[in-house]
Amino acid sequence: MKKKPEFKIQNITHPSAPLADYNDPLLRELVAHLRQNRTQLREEWARRITDAQLLTAMTKEEIFSEATSVYDNYVEVLETGSVEALQAYARNLSERIIPRGVETHEVVGIVLLLRDVLARSLFKKYQGEPELLNRVLDAYEPAANRIANTVAVSFVQERERVIRQQQEAIRELSTPVLQVRERLLILPIIGVIDAQRARQLTEQLLRGIRGNRAKVVVVDITGVPTIDQLVANHLVKTVEASRLMGASVIITGLSAEIAQTLVTIGVDLSKMNAVGDLQGGIEEAELLLGYKVISTAEPAAGTGTKESKS
Amino acid sequence: MQVPILKQGGYLIASIQSVLSDADLVQLRDNLGERVGTFRSRGVIIDVTVLDVIDSFATRTLRGIAHMLKLRGAETVIVGIQPDVAFAMVQLGLTLEGVGTALDLEEGLAYLDLRTKRTPVNGN
Repeated sequence: MKKKPEFKIQNITHPSAPLADYNDPLLRELVAHLRQNRTQLREEWARRITDAQLLTAMTKEEIFSEATSVYDNYVEVLETGSVEALQAYARNLSERIIPRGVETHEVVGIVLLLRDVLARSLFKKYQGEPELLNRVLDAYEPAANRIANTVAVSFVQERERVIRQQQEAIRELSTPVLQVRERLLILPIIGVIDAQRARQLTEQLLRGIRGNRAKVVVVDITGVPTIDQLVANHLVKTVEASRLMGASVIITGLSAEIAQTLVTIGVDLSKMNAVGDLQGGIEEAELLLGYKVISTAEPAAGTGTKESKS
Repeated sequence: MQVPILKQGGYLIASIQSVLSDADLVQLRDNLGERVGTFRSRGVIIDVTVLDVIDSFATRTLRGIAHMLKLRGAETVIVGIQPDVAFAMVQLGLTLEGVGTALDLEEGLAYLDLRTKRTPVNGN
């Protein structure tokens, strides 16, 4: 049980970094010094954070309370040499502050600030004894580096986890295939299409054609800002593959930029059935399928009088 | 393996049962050309549902069959191309242009009904 987390720490921090000797009496003295001046150093640190305009997304009180927790964790790491608690805390903190728009440079910045604040206080304390100061710094530096490393890595890892989660969510939501009428499907596409999404789109469309026995598919790309050459070609191939399966594809909502791209790469436009907007596309599809939409409402008053006059 | 050709009203249905060699395809072409004349068929359906690969030779032969039968007075429709096959074909630039395609047998029959009714040959 005890060995596993130890391995994890070794992995996260730089493996070749020399491990500080945590039983070093100097380090103990250091910890005692930091404990003694806790209030003053903590305030100094919080003040420096505000001055440097870091963590602007948080209030002063929040900064102070987080600063206190980080400070205590920091001192504890110096004392025990175990970064586990700090790591867990950093993860937890990241989870809380990432949604509020805190950037990586801010997190790294505040940790480096704390390192700076503490180093300055050490300089002040051992000003008269350069020999001792050197030895204190030798003990302090590696430990401080390791702490900074741990916090930054935890933050970045947490951030990457969030990004991965969101990518997954986007991928799942990205291409709905909807049946509007018997034999008629629509594929509304929103957002940038990259090569992977284009592939997924084709797959879903072709499976949708088979699954719903579709004859006409309306692909609406109103929500797509631009497409590159590769994706445009892929789109054309999708249209042709659909034809091989006996379905015709109507593309709607081509923006001026995308139309330009298609012309530039020389797509054979005779194979593309393009209609201005989604409404037009659905009307065209209904025509192909032989549907006729009739309003069941009473004829409007205006039309009535017009008819009676003529 | 030979492809059975079934007569269904005015149409012929060639239902491919297994992977075809190049020779089988040529055989199919010859058989269809002959049967269309014998039965005076107006339309031909070639069902490729079981094929999971349609290569360039097969594509060229199918297109050749369609064009040949057109000259013999019959419409051809290829039915049952699988999604993966369809996309692979397009990737290779094999698009069967000028040949009718439909989802499955039922759709193919509907397609032929529509096409043969429209062609004013001996209908009116």
